[in-house]
Amino acid sequence: MGASPTPAAKPAERGARKSATAGGGSTGQRKQYFRRRKVCKFCEEKIDFIDYKEAKLLSQFISERGKILPRRLTGTCSPHQHLLTRAIKRARNIALLPFATEL
Amino acid sequence: MRKYELIFIVRPDVSEGELEKLVAQMQGVVTGAGGTVEKVERMGKRRLAYRVRRHREGHYVLFVLTGGGETVKECERRLKVNDAVIKYITVRVDEELKRAEKLKAARAKRAAAHPKSKPGAAAPAIPAGAEAAAE
Repeated sequence: MGASPTPAAKPAERGARKSATAGGGSTGQRKQYFRRRKVCKFCEEKIDFIDYKEAKLLSQFISERGKILPRRLTGTCSPHQHLLTRAIKRARNIALLPFATEL
Repeated sequence: MRKYELIFIVRPDVSEGELEKLVAQMQGVVTGAGGTVEKVERMGKRRLAYRVRRHREGHYVLFVLTGGGETVKECERRLKVNDAVIKYITVRVDEELKRAEKLKAARAKRAAAHPKSKPGAAAPAIPAGAEAAAE
C-alpha cells in the first residue's frame, strides 16, 4: 500500500522520465527499450541555492506520503540531493511541507 | 555579523492591525538587540502542512536580518513568549549564500573562457566528415 500510490503521484513527470518508450518495441528476447536519461533538475536550471521557502518546487521531490524521494527516482545529482534534503527538512519545520500526510 | 532568516507564523485569527503592530514590534526587538533588519516580507495567510496548536492556517512573516547570536536569542525569546505566534524558525543563511555566489562566479568564469563550447566542438567534426565524403 505504501509503494503503490507513488507511481501515480506525479504522472506527467514520472511518465516522462521512466517512459519505457515503446519506440524500440520489436526486439523480442531482451528488454531493449530506451530509457530516457534522467538529469538533475537543479543542474539543468543552474540552481545553486535550494531555498526551503519554495514549497512548490520542493513538493516535486516528495512522495504522496510526504517522504523525500530517492535520487534513483528523481535523477537528482548527489550534491543537489544533499541540499534538497536539507531544504525539505527545513520546510517541514515551518509547516510548509508535511512530515507525513494523514490518509 | 551573520545573516539570518527568521520566519514566524502568527495565528490566523489575528487582525491585520495587530499583525502590523507585531511586525513593527519585532523590528524594534531586532534593532534593540544589536541587529539590523534587511527585509521584512509578509508571505500572507497560508495553509499549514499540518496542524499547529490546532490551527490549519497562519500568517507567515519573513525577516532577513544581520546580527549576532544574541540578536537571534532575544528574538526567539520574544516569539516564544508571544501567544499570537504559533511557530518560528531561524536559519543562518550567509554561508550558503556565499557558496552559491562562488558557484555562480565559477560558472560565469567558465562561460567567459569557453564561449559556446558546444558548437565549437561540433564544428570541426562536420567539415572532416564532408571531406571524407568528397574523397
